[in-house]
Order: sequence, then structure tokens, then C-alpha cells
Amino acid sequence: MEWRPKIIVFTCNWCSYAGADLAGVSRLQMPPDFRIIRVMCSARVDPEFVLRAFQRGADGVMVAGCHPGDCHYIGGNYRTRRRMALLKLLLQQFGLNPKRFRLEWISAGEGQKFAEVIREFVDEIKKLGPSPYRQIKKEVRKHG
Amino acid sequence: MVKDRFRTLKGKPVTARKEVGSVLVVGGGIAGMQAALDLVQNGFHVYMLESSTAIGGVMAQLDKTFPTNDCSMCIMAPKLVECGRDLNIDIITMAEIEEVRGEAGNFEVVIKQYPRYIDPEKCTGCGECARNCPVRAINEYNEGLDLREGVYVKYPQAVPRSYVIDRDACIGCGLCENLCLARAIKYDDKEKTETLHVGAILLVPGFTPYDPTGKPEYGYGRYENVVTSMQYERILSASGPFQGHVQRPSDGKIPKRIAWIQCVGSRDIKDGREYCSSVCCMYAIKQAVMTKEHEADIEPTIFMMDMRCYGKGFEQYYQNAKKNQGVRFIRCRVSEVREDPETKDLIIKYEENGKLKEERFDLVVLSVGLTPPRNFEKLAQKLGIELNPYGFVDTLFRSPLETSKEGIFVAGAFQGPKDIPESVTQGSGAVARIAALLRNVRGTQIKKKEYPPERDVSGEEPRIGVFICHCGINIGAYVNVKEVVEYAKTLPYVVYAEDNLYTCSQDTQNRIKEIIEREKLNRVVVASCTPRTHEPLFQETLREAGLNPYLFEMANIREQCSWIHMHDKEAATQKAKDLVRMAVAKAAKLFPLEEFYLDITQRALVIGGGLAGMVAALEIARGGYEVYLVEKSEHLGGHLRGIYYTNWSPDIQSFLASLINQVELEPRIKVYLNSQIKKVEGFVGNFKTTLETPEGEVVLEHGVAIIATGADKYIPKEYMYGEDKRVLTQAEFEEKIAKGEIDPKKLGRVVMIQCVGSRNDEHPYCSRICCTQAVKNANRILDENPEAEIYILFRDMRTYGFREKFYNELREKGCVFIRYDEEKPPQVKKKGKELVVSVYDELLGDTVEIPVDLLVLSAGIVASRENNEELSKFFKVPLNEDGFFLEAHVKLRPVDFATEGVFLCGLAHSPKHIEETIAQAQAAAARAQTVLSKEKYKAEPKIAAVNEDLCDGCGICEGVCEFGAIEIVTEVVDDKEIKLAKVNEALCKGCGGCIAACPSGAMEQKGFTSDQIYAMIDAALEE
Repeated sequence: MEWRPKIIVFTCNWCSYAGADLAGVSRLQMPPDFRIIRVMCSARVDPEFVLRAFQRGADGVMVAGCHPGDCHYIGGNYRTRRRMALLKLLLQQFGLNPKRFRLEWISAGEGQKFAEVIREFVDEIKKLGPSPYRQIKKEVRKHG
Repeated sequence: MVKDRFRTLKGKPVTARKEVGSVLVVGGGIAGMQAALDLVQNGFHVYMLESSTAIGGVMAQLDKTFPTNDCSMCIMAPKLVECGRDLNIDIITMAEIEEVRGEAGNFEVVIKQYPRYIDPEKCTGCGECARNCPVRAINEYNEGLDLREGVYVKYPQAVPRSYVIDRDACIGCGLCENLCLARAIKYDDKEKTETLHVGAILLVPGFTPYDPTGKPEYGYGRYENVVTSMQYERILSASGPFQGHVQRPSDGKIPKRIAWIQCVGSRDIKDGREYCSSVCCMYAIKQAVMTKEHEADIEPTIFMMDMRCYGKGFEQYYQNAKKNQGVRFIRCRVSEVREDPETKDLIIKYEENGKLKEERFDLVVLSVGLTPPRNFEKLAQKLGIELNPYGFVDTLFRSPLETSKEGIFVAGAFQGPKDIPESVTQGSGAVARIAALLRNVRGTQIKKKEYPPERDVSGEEPRIGVFICHCGINIGAYVNVKEVVEYAKTLPYVVYAEDNLYTCSQDTQNRIKEIIEREKLNRVVVASCTPRTHEPLFQETLREAGLNPYLFEMANIREQCSWIHMHDKEAATQKAKDLVRMAVAKAAKLFPLEEFYLDITQRALVIGGGLAGMVAALEIARGGYEVYLVEKSEHLGGHLRGIYYTNWSPDIQSFLASLINQVELEPRIKVYLNSQIKKVEGFVGNFKTTLETPEGEVVLEHGVAIIATGADKYIPKEYMYGEDKRVLTQAEFEEKIAKGEIDPKKLGRVVMIQCVGSRNDEHPYCSRICCTQAVKNANRILDENPEAEIYILFRDMRTYGFREKFYNELREKGCVFIRYDEEKPPQVKKKGKELVVSVYDELLGDTVEIPVDLLVLSAGIVASRENNEELSKFFKVPLNEDGFFLEAHVKLRPVDFATEGVFLCGLAHSPKHIEETIAQAQAAAARAQTVLSKEKYKAEPKIAAVNEDLCDGCGICEGVCEFGAIEIVTEVVDDKEIKLAKVNEALCKGCGGCIAACPSGAMEQKGFTSDQIYAMIDAALEE
């Protein structure tokens, strides 16, 4: 069977989650390899959530929030931007290809963009293959 | 039409009238929605009458909004949903007023509702009917650029989200009736009439865009590539006919050169539309800028007479478009648009500086003006309200939101062309007037729901029930729902799972309640559509079943699963299982949340005793609440003390005197003159402000505060002001005329220079009022002395709205207007004793020298920066770069601050006219009363909480919080001083930003705890 990646997408409630909904309402077809976890603001995404997802075998993680300046909570996404920039550096040190992690700004009106970003990201992850952590996880399971 | 304005006041019965605590809001656009929401928060029941099939109005069609480029639908959708689900807002669509009887406080309104042919109570909005409908009709929502089905919903986010059958298009094939699993189709639906009892009527029907077929020279309707600005708005929109790709209608090609023609149906005396539509300059710039964002290669050109960018942040937006974004502006009047029949390109003929020119474009956008709402003339007659000669509601400057009939109010574009924030402001403002009228019956018509006592589930092992929706075939056709149900039964803590045809239908709600009781469920998961629209519905069901509404979780298996994986049932089913597993994992870790209520001091503090402050104080007092009015100087009145006449009123001082009199006589207002704020403590509902008064310090307790501190006049440094006595500001000139110190009859030659201290590097904004002020003073001189020679040196004449009339009158009287460029400002010098103004005249292409008797400078308005900075710290509210206060949202929260319980109006917000200040002050008063009218204030339950055992008081969270909700306090525990973060539950908005920032894991967000999110992550990646 073809290998299917597992991707976790954190979205803020107000823009990106709504953008994903609009993609659905518009019936924009996407590969089914991602799972959305909704938070109120992208600033709620603790970098540790991303690390946890990778540790549990996610092949890719995306954080999506409102466009800079559009945050429902004034400036939450600016904090997200700073945190995620640092996190990206950290991921590299963990031996993860930084392309496995993405930060995207998707507004509630951008269903099209949501679909495009997902398609691109899934393609990218498929090219990269399974996360090295998945392998480690398997070995740990095998050898205890 | 009623000639006598005060007819309704005569012959009224002496006995106390019976007032009704309901209000009819006519129109469901943004102004109507704002008014409806504020009315409910003020304690009134609302009937919202909408002529089309769904509320939302014009704003629902817009792509982006200026000057922030916010996505229109994104910012409006929450208000749509709020209106849609408020128990106290009855939305009546496809309806109009038949007859109105009665008087202020007690109207009987007969309404007629046209048939929808689909029962909105049963329709689930699944859209199966539309997908199978064989007929097509013109799509009005996309301004006729594409087709829609014969059975349709106005737009995807429409409220009510019920379909409607267009009987003109319908061929009665019966397909939809057969397909509809909800049995909502009603071919035999009939017209209905109904009588509503209301205490007041608010007219907010908006406007109708000008139909440019009335201007054949522009070729609209004949040339495919000439579109209206409304059509272009749809072209830009991602939900529009071209999915947001900029294309020409004729061939679908991406245009390279696009032209906007301004003032189509505006500033056109010949066409009977003398007024300026106020918004077209800004929306054209916005469209040009957004176009560049879509396709950087497109070259936008705007053909205009004046750029009227007078609002807050508008001028900066214009300059940025001109200087940095490659938008070209040509000052001219376009005489003709011609089509090249082969290429369908368009040739624009125009005159610039006296020369005739031609230029070729791929697409032409006509910036159509705002005209009065269609079919309202008759209604106005029925209601007995006066319209102005243009067909908008005639209002007085001192009562901008009142029609000529008592008890009938107006707001939004029907009062005169205006943009979104001003419509929203007026919507709120009208609520203050209505609250004053109906204050004795506040709360009498409000429906309140009673719930059974909440069951205590603490200590219980989770017992989760899972309900999985087929949504007709929306989920069922693409996901094997039965398989998901069987899978759900195997998940930890799940004791019950079932599938429903429609989990959201009323009968399923009853079923869920029964099952909660029967199975002793203490957590519920629904797998269906998006929680953004349906979570409140299911939470309500839990509440009715005696469960805490926060013991609920949703899995979105429609928008985010079945609808986007329609061609892979296996994968979609697998995903649905995963989403259910994630939701169940989170649900197992949910705990009840308490919706807590804070006490409120039902008293307001208004800071600033100028026009805005006095009006706000009076409105709150008339709404029934006490007000402290603080003024730092020795008298009330502010800038109004220096205004003697306007274009609309010959006597402002008597208006001011009556206003001061009303304030002084109002028993609910306590005025503190010569007083300043020293300290502010507390938060919404419970402020404590220390005042320094001549009698010593006073501590005031209040629930809300309104900042109405005004602004300063610019004192010119240029044009020999202060060096020569013949150089005056407009305000000084006006005062001298009013006091008889200058006799207009003796004036020979007067030059007025516009934009002094505005639209420059130091003050980049437009001061908004100076053009009108110059026109007013020039008209005054010429009225008394037609022989006087007056020159107005200007950059753009910004006499927007109905002010255009006074500008035209002035031109008729022979006033000379000379445009100057900001790069080449006028020069003022002395030649001997003579004062000479020289200016480069673009039309003549030469510098002209004008010796003058008097030089009048139109000096702008500047923020009281020091004052504002101090207040901004006291109330934790921001200022913009120009030093004015910055509202919570430029578009939709124009008088609120992000800090709850603090509001804004008047010049402290930005420069504005008297009538605009009054409306804004009324809006602030209405918004303030949404807090004051409640004894308790409901706080958001999904907020941050501190685990005090883990917190080491580092203070990182305090800096992260945008709402000033976190404070580091020092407490003594076991004789040791420790620092702790404290969350102010009244201020926290529940974004969760502090939690991610906390290095010690002490912060948590209720409803989104780390534990819950980890459970979801783990469940998602389980194998």
C-alpha cells in the first residue's frame, strides 16, 4: 500500500479554521492526510505541541493563524511568528528537516489558499518521506 | 409628506402612554445588525425586517475593507452568527412594511412576508437541492456576473442559512422536493401578513448602488469590459464569479491596464445627484491596491476630480497607494468611454489641464455612487417621515439619527452616504436614542431561558456519548457513517454511539437529551459540521439536559472531511474515525467550566465636557443611569464655544447654551469642572477613579468610562501667521465676523489656504473639517458682500456627502478655486506694506500673485498628545501614530476599546464634524449602556488560569497579554513574600497566548488545556 503521511495542522479559531471551513463549503478537494486541531489563537500553540506531534510520529506539522495585523486578539499571531521562527531552528538541531514544519497565514476568506497550502505541504512531505522519528518509534517498540 | 416637523407632538393624550419594549429594525445590513445586537444588550427585543433572503447587506458582498484591508466577510461573520442565534432577535426575511399605526412608544406595524417555498425551520442548509436543481438564474449576489441555481442560498455564510426557491426561475420539476430528506420544500408556501407591536422603529435599509446605464457615455451595459465597482468587488472576492482571479468578463484574460472612473452618479447636478457619495474615492483606491496584490503586473489608474480621503487613516492609505503601490491618479473628468470592437479594449477620452487625451485600457471600473434605497419613497410617505431633495432621510444637525416623526429613527447610508464604521456608529447611536425613549420598559420583552439545575459530575468516570451525523447525504455519501459509529463504540470511555440523519434537527436535540439521561452521559461528542456555527446549539442541548455546556466536543467531519475528500470514501471514513477519536480523547479530559458573573456599578464616567462628552453624558442619563462628567477647564462646551455658525445652522451658540442647560438641569449628571484624573484602578464594571478637583481629591466609582477629551487646534507655523495681523486662522476669522470685529462688507480680496498643518510630514492625516469650514466662511462673506474677491487655494476639496451643495453654491457665487500641489505650496510675503500670496496654478501653468487684504489659514486639528498619553496609560488603551486614540476595530468597533468598559467619541478619536460627533457620542453612550443595563456582567469562561503552586512570578505572561489581564502580585505565604501571576477574569479574552509563553507550565487555558491538546495530538497519531 502507498505510504500516507500524517500531518497535524494547528489552526486558530477565527481565521484559519474558518478558512478550512470555507474550503469545505467550496468543495475544494484535498489529500486526506492532515488532521486539524483547533485552538482559539495561533499564539496558544505551545512550541511543545509541535515537538510532541513530531515525537509521536507526525511527518509534518503546520501552524496556521490570521494574517499579521488581523489577529482577533490584537497581536497574538506576532508572538506566534516569533516563537515559530525559533522553533524552526530548534527542529533542525533535532535532526528534522525544517521543511516538515510550516507557519502559514490563512484568513477566513481564503478557502482556496487553505486548499493550496495543504496540497503543497502534503506533496512536500511525500517527497521527504516518513519522519525519521517514526522509524525511531518503531525501533523502540520492537526492541523496547 | 408631513410638512410640520412637530405635528406628532401636538394633540397627544395626557395619560401616560403604554410603551412597548420591542423595536423594529428595518434592514439587516451592518448598521442594522449592530443596532439589533446593541438593542438586545440594552434590554430590548428586536424584530429585524430584511427585504432579501438573508441579512448581511452590502458588506456581505465586499471583498476587503479600507483602510485596513480586512476581509469583509471574516470580520462580519461573527455578527451574522450572533444575530442569527440571539433569542431576542427575530429575523424576518423577504418582508416589507405594509402599514404603521400608533405613535412613539407604541407602534403597530403590519408587515408582509413573501413566501420562501422552503421551511427555514426544517432546512438544514445541506444544499442537496441546489446541487440537483436543473435551472439557472442570474446571481444577484455576484452582481449578475454568473448564474446560480433556481433554488439557492444568497451566499455561503448567509443567515438564516436556509435555501429559497426562486419561483420566477423554478420550473416546478419536483426534484428538490424528492431529494430533500429534511422535507423542507413547500411549493404551496403563501404570502403572510403579521402585526408587530413595537415601541420604536429604526430605519437602516442602506443604499442602492447607482445604476450607470443612466450615463450612456461610459458604455455600461453595452461594453462587456465596463463593470461597476460592486461587480469588481465580486471579481476580487475569493467567493466571487472568478474565484478571486482578476479577469475580464469578455474573454477571461487577466487585464493589464485597469481604469477606475470616479463620481459616476455622484457630484452630478445634471443628473440630480449633486451630493458626493463619500466612499467611492476610498473604495477605488482599495480596489486598485487589492488588484496589485492579486496581480502585481496590473497597472491601475484612477480618474478623479478630487481624492476625498477624509477619514481616519484614509489620507495615509491614499499616499501609500500613490507613492509605494504604483496606483496612478489622473485629475480630470472623463468625457467618454469607447470600445475597440475587435479587442474589446476600452478607450477613455478625458481632459487634463485643458488638453484632450485618450488612453487605452483592458477593463474599466465605474465607481458608482450611493443612491437612496430603492422603493423607500413610498414607505417614507407611509411612515410620515421627510426626505431631503436627494431622497435620503432629512435629519437635523443636532439630532442626526432622528427622522421627522417621533419614535422613528434612522442610521446608516439611508441618512446619507457613508462608510462602514460610520454606519456602525450610527447603528449604535440610534440605540441610545431608543433607550432614552423606552427606558421605562427596558427588559420587559426580553426572553430569558430557564434551565434545569446542573448535574454535578465531579468524581464520575467519563461516560461519553457520540452522535454522528449523516447531514442528509453531505457526510453520509462520502463517509461510511455506520462504520464510524461502530468504531466510536470501541473508544475509551465511550458508552454510547449512534448516527443521525441530521444531528442538528430539533427532534435529534430531544433525543440527545433523553439519551444523556438514560445513559447517564457526562460528556457528549458530536461529529458533524463545524463548531463555529453549531457548537452553541449543542451546548444549549446539554444545558437543557442539566449538563455543563463545556462538557461538549465536536468533530468536524463535513467541512473538514466529507466535503474535501469526496472521491475517496475509504480515506474519508478513516479520517472521520481519526477526528472522532481525537474529539473523544479531548472529551475524556473535559471538566465543567463556570460562567461567572461580575457585579457592576451602574454609573458612567465621561471624561471631557465638550460636545461629545455632553451628548454622551446626556444620553446615558436619559437612558436612566448616573453619570460623572469631568471637565478640566472652567466651563463646558469645548471647541463648540468657538463655533458660531455652520453651513446648516446660523446660530451654534444658542444650541450650545441649550445643551449646557440640559446638562446642568439633568439630575443624573454630576459635573466636575476644573478637574483632572489622577489615578484609575479596576476594570469593566468596577472602576475607581481618583479625581483632583478644586475641592480636593474625590474618588468616583463607576462601571464604564467614555473618553471624550477632544483635540487641539493646530497653531500655524507657516504663511507668516503670528507675524502679520492680516493672517488669521478660519476659527479666528469666524469669531471676528460673529463678534462684528470684521465686517464682510468691507472685505476686498481674501485668500484662504487649505491643508495648513494637515496632509504633510508632521501631520499626515486629513483634518476633515477644514474644507467645509472654508466653504462656510467664504459663503458667509459672499452672502453679505457679493463684490468680495475670494480665492481658495486647495489640494482636494473634501466637501463630502451633502456638503457638496455648499461648495457648488460657493462656486456659483464666483469664488475662485486654485489647486496647488503639495510639492509647490503657496508662498506668502510682504511687498512693502502689501501682503502677497503667490501660488503655482496648474491650469494656467504659471505662478500667480495675489495681493490680499486678509489671508485665512485653514488650520487643522491635532491630537492632545500629552493628555492622551496620560489617559492611555490610566485606562490601558492605545493611541495611533498621530496621537489620537485607537479604537478596538477600525471598521466594526469604532467607539469601543479592546479594554472592556472603556469607550471613545469625538475629536479624541479623530477630526470630525458636529453632526458626526453627536452620532458618535450617542454610539458611545449606547455601547456603555450595554454594560450598565446589566446588574451582572458575564465573563468568558474559556480563559487563562494560574496554577499557583507552579508559578514563580517571572512576569513573562504579564508582558505577553494584549488585554492587560495579567498582573504580578506579591503575596505573603508562611511569612515569605512570593510573586504570583493573577488573571483578571473580567479582562481575559481567552486567546491562550500567555500559556504558550509560560516557562513553568503554571498557566492553563480552560477548555484548551495542554493536557487536552496533548490528548488530541496523541490520538491523532495513534496507530
